[in-house]
Amino acid sequence: MQAIDRLTIDSQLEHLQAEYVGTGHADLNRFGWAVNIQRDSYASYIGHYPLLSCFASAENESVGWERYNFMQKVLLPCGLPPEREGD
Amino acid sequence: MYLYSLTLQRATGVVCAVNGSFVGGKTQEIVVARGKTLELLRPDEAGRIQILHSVEVFGAIRSLAQFRLTGSQKDYLVVGSDSGRLVILEYNVAAARFDKVHQETFGKSGCRRIVPGEYLAVDPKGRAVMVAACEKQKLVYVLNRDAAARLTISSPLEAHKSHVICYSVTGIDCGFDNPIFAAVELDYSEADLDPTGQAAADAQKHLTFYELDLGLNHVSRKWSEPVDNGANLLVTVPGGGDGPGGVLVCAENFVIYKNQGHPDVRAVIPRRDDLPAERGVLVVSAATHRQKSLFFFLLQTEYGDIFKVTLDHEGGERVKELKIKYFDTIPVTSAMCVLRTGFLFAASEFGNHALYQFQSIGDGPDVEASSTTLMETEEGFQPVFFQPRPLKNLLRIDQVESLMPIMDMKVTNLFEEETPQVFTLCGRGPRSSLRILRPGLAISEMAVSQLPGTPSAVWTVKKNVNDEFDAYIVVSFTNATLVLSIGETVEEVSDSGFLDTTPSLAVSLLGEDSLMQVHPNGIRHIREDGRINEWKTPGKKTIVKVGSNRQQVVIALSGGELIYFEMDITGQLMEVEKHEMPGDVACLDIAPVPEGRQRSRFLAVGSYDNTIRILSLDPDDCMQILSVQSVSSPPESLLLLEVKASTGGEDGADHPASVFLNAGLQNGVLFRTVVDMVTGQLSDTRSRFLGLKPPKLFSAMVRGRQAMLCLSSRPWLGYIHQGRFLLTPLSYETLEYASSFSSDQCAEGVVAVAGEALRVFTIERLGETFNETVIPLRYTPRKFVLVPKKKHLVIIESDQGAFTAQEREENKKVFFEATGIGENGTANNGDQMENGGGDNDEEKDPLSDEQYGYPKAVSDKWVSCIRVLDPRTGETTSILELQDNEAAFSVCTVNFHDKEHGTLLAVGTAKGLQFLPRKSLIGGFIHIYRFIDDGKGLELLHKTQVDGVPLALCQFQGRLLAGIGPVLRLYELGKKRLLRKCENKLFPNTIMSIHTYRDRIYVGDIQESFHYCKYRRDENQLYVFADDSVPRWLTAAHHIDFDTVAGADKFGNIFFARLPQDVSDEIEEDPTGGKIKWEQGKLNGAPNKVEEIVQFHIGDVVTCLQKASLIPGGGECLIYGTVMGSLGAMLPFTSREDVDFFSHLEMHIRQEHPPLCGRDHMAYRSAYFPVKDVIDGDLCEQFPSLTPDLQRKIADELDRTPGEILKKLEDIRNKII
Repeated sequence: MQAIDRLTIDSQLEHLQAEYVGTGHADLNRFGWAVNIQRDSYASYIGHYPLLSCFASAENESVGWERYNFMQKVLLPCGLPPEREGD
Repeated sequence: MYLYSLTLQRATGVVCAVNGSFVGGKTQEIVVARGKTLELLRPDEAGRIQILHSVEVFGAIRSLAQFRLTGSQKDYLVVGSDSGRLVILEYNVAAARFDKVHQETFGKSGCRRIVPGEYLAVDPKGRAVMVAACEKQKLVYVLNRDAAARLTISSPLEAHKSHVICYSVTGIDCGFDNPIFAAVELDYSEADLDPTGQAAADAQKHLTFYELDLGLNHVSRKWSEPVDNGANLLVTVPGGGDGPGGVLVCAENFVIYKNQGHPDVRAVIPRRDDLPAERGVLVVSAATHRQKSLFFFLLQTEYGDIFKVTLDHEGGERVKELKIKYFDTIPVTSAMCVLRTGFLFAASEFGNHALYQFQSIGDGPDVEASSTTLMETEEGFQPVFFQPRPLKNLLRIDQVESLMPIMDMKVTNLFEEETPQVFTLCGRGPRSSLRILRPGLAISEMAVSQLPGTPSAVWTVKKNVNDEFDAYIVVSFTNATLVLSIGETVEEVSDSGFLDTTPSLAVSLLGEDSLMQVHPNGIRHIREDGRINEWKTPGKKTIVKVGSNRQQVVIALSGGELIYFEMDITGQLMEVEKHEMPGDVACLDIAPVPEGRQRSRFLAVGSYDNTIRILSLDPDDCMQILSVQSVSSPPESLLLLEVKASTGGEDGADHPASVFLNAGLQNGVLFRTVVDMVTGQLSDTRSRFLGLKPPKLFSAMVRGRQAMLCLSSRPWLGYIHQGRFLLTPLSYETLEYASSFSSDQCAEGVVAVAGEALRVFTIERLGETFNETVIPLRYTPRKFVLVPKKKHLVIIESDQGAFTAQEREENKKVFFEATGIGENGTANNGDQMENGGGDNDEEKDPLSDEQYGYPKAVSDKWVSCIRVLDPRTGETTSILELQDNEAAFSVCTVNFHDKEHGTLLAVGTAKGLQFLPRKSLIGGFIHIYRFIDDGKGLELLHKTQVDGVPLALCQFQGRLLAGIGPVLRLYELGKKRLLRKCENKLFPNTIMSIHTYRDRIYVGDIQESFHYCKYRRDENQLYVFADDSVPRWLTAAHHIDFDTVAGADKFGNIFFARLPQDVSDEIEEDPTGGKIKWEQGKLNGAPNKVEEIVQFHIGDVVTCLQKASLIPGGGECLIYGTVMGSLGAMLPFTSREDVDFFSHLEMHIRQEHPPLCGRDHMAYRSAYFPVKDVIDGDLCEQFPSLTPDLQRKIADELDRTPGEILKKLEDIRNKII
């Protein structure tokens, strides 16, 4: 009975994690955590126009270029992922 | 401490804009989102942008889209914001506001990664709307109408895909087939798992079509195909009979036409000649022009060049050729709108917005890239080059000022005027400027003409009621009257019938078509046919004051006798009644005859015994005193101002008709009170100090409504704007007497006399708080200081990735020689290097940088200059261009101990600064300059190398404190360089601000909030005794008092940090100053922590803070300026009662009138930290725009009347500005 409960909780958690991108979980490694933070940050920069124009005026680029650049960085925000250990 | 936060100048930058017919009918309007305000704009007939409506939504607007249901005449507006809701708005013309038609919740609030709101796309036929997030989520709502033709919206249909980044979405024009949305997507799931980097390198963007099956009510991925990896923007191509359908994919360097089942048609975007090879060309904004048989696209690149894209499809569905032709160059925009009337509205991302008129649609010869001539070589596609040229197809006809971005600001009364000026550094690169803001409305002077002698009064009269324009200007002198007729020119006439040998007291139109002149000895009534009736004063009495309207005239004779005349049916002026006042009459006024009535009921009489009486003019109780009001000082001038009942109109919310009695008192106070329409009782009095001279009141017309001009030591205008009465100063000199003026050149002007001159002017940009004087600058301004005593400004400007002025001049010369265009200006003239502000510069300078932007250099190249400027003349007295890739970042004035040099200027610079991939620099320097030529010039004393960027400099006890990276260092002036005296290296990241007060030093860290330091002279030690427990990414800081500093962070919050009183006392009393605790070093940071006593989310990056007062004698408040170009103030409350009142008012408005775009007000103001002790004045000021019922309801809850609440709001605003 208890085992089943744990199973359902696990699957529920899994479901939640799949639905809400960026929520952490117990097995999250340092890289995954950092990637999530970076992606959240980029999304926030893009969403807040004043922040975007702040970056644009610091780098002397256009706002459109900054937005595009941040979107591009979402792909690999922290460089290449580390080698999988163990398995 | 409780604060009242009020936006003084709403944001001037534009985030996004759409055009459509929101009012309905033939006209086209533009809706712009300015961060947190939504505005409806319309160019008027003269091509000037007018603001129809402006509303603060308390949320970040991220995207806008407009759609129209088939067969409807009016467009709806869809707003994507940070509210986690989709909001559909409709403009309600009658009430002049946006009405929320639908509000659909789909996610959490905030700008999150997977919560939609960033992108919006609508089906061109208005059947569906897609709202998408940066990642994963896309929702489709089906739009329809019900039996009553109301808009309906379905529940959302999901089109999610995990691990997919979305770059752009748009609706495909496919006629009345199932709606299709296109998106540029990138799947990152494999790149995240592949440590070799192969998957990331192979990651491919796809163009995906999502089809909404209206029958099945389901969204499916219909088609997906790889697309150029530089793709960033989609533009809908007209389809369904009007064109081939499909999309234009704008990518880095390319524009590609794509459609399902159609081969790609690709063309390169032409490049500027001087662009470094490694830089791409990216399209940042797009607009489509669509007519019945013709369509084309205007695409603007990140450098400002606009290209016209046309498709050759020969009526069929196949696209044979895609042509990209250079069109024109205008400053980079965040949005462009092509209006049907032939205008292009360009919302600049930085600096002023502009309205252009199309001169042609780019049919002439120009550089063109085409898909058919596309050449592929081994290095890729062959680029096409072009040179930007002056505007050919567009003509700028109007500008809308934008302060965006405000980089630095200081409030000071440098010019010794009545109110302080706000000096702001605005703009970026070639469009940067110093703007001097003065509270008040801008005026534009139309004519100034000298008169013989000093006039005492001026009037304008029409010849007939039905005339549109005034016929005469009548000027009275001490012993004569001058009559000027208004026509093509204004000239003196003698056949007007006016008596010109006597001064006049009043001149006006009487009845339908007769004129009246009142002079000290009588009334002269000039009939339309030229007959003249004179009424002479009895005995030796003279007329002293007159009040009149079209039907009634009241005169006051010396001694205090009032005589009342009325016009009878035959057009004769008949004496009706006499009344003896107790003493001399100081002033009197009659309200205009209300529409549909015989006469106005009230006469207001002011006496020297400090009273104002309201007398009745009704036949049954004629000259009875209805009410008496005593005032603080004898009244000088009276004006009864009737506010017509309105249920909205162009500008107004609902308000019932009312009559206001305005009185200008001799002590300079304007006194306003409401007159009861029936009984004549006075109630609800308000007073406001206007200036040192007794205000004289005149009626004027503003936007077709009666308004009031008050002439004190400066002129003021009282008018109704968006349902609210505003009393605003005019930025103009002192005037003696004024009258409204209307001619075919200026519909609503004012004619006034001042000194010996007659002035005609119009009032501009109603509703604005400030007007500005612009002084152009060369590079992005960073900071500035005021040089005390000399009253000069020293501005530091620096730009990354640009060429110096000399290099640009040389390049330009080479270019002009090569192309053979004669350069009219003298190239060596220093002024040429500045950015011209006026229109004529375009002719003078064939390639003004203001329009075309600076050519791009490699990104690690810096240009910078130090400028000394005299703000009074706007003249630059000295400019030092820094050499060798150095850029200035901080500046301060400093008086060193030895006093040998007096005031010196310290400038912190960095050489070869690079931000990416990692912040690095060759070296930092602190330059010390001496002022020469009476402060007009600078001379380098010496330059000291330091090991980081000196971002903060400050004088401290006759020495210089510098924040260099994480090091706080104290310098002494030496002969050859600065001498290190003491330092503290323990700051967490980078010091960005230093303020000092007594022996305390308040250091702001760029990432870790404030640190309070002390300097111990005997031990020569700098140590931190308190810091903040919250990480704050500071962008601005200002010292408030001994224990308190105010700061603003990168995420748009303002906060006050205060050292608790007991800790502060302890530190001051402790002989070691808390040093022992610090030395223990056990407490992870400083031994004491400051408390954050105020928290408020502004919603905009605040770049500068200052404690200042904007009105003479007003309390000090905290003024801030933001990146989006808005200015605001936070005023501390002085009484607990006010705090209670406003917090309750705020609470009720929050409940009864939730923000328009669906963001919860409280959640918005607490976006990062829970709001603390700040009352949102912007929300409270929405009270007048509520419906009268709601106003009454809220007022009842507060045990007050709506009038009292309005008065409170007005009062608190008057305390600030």
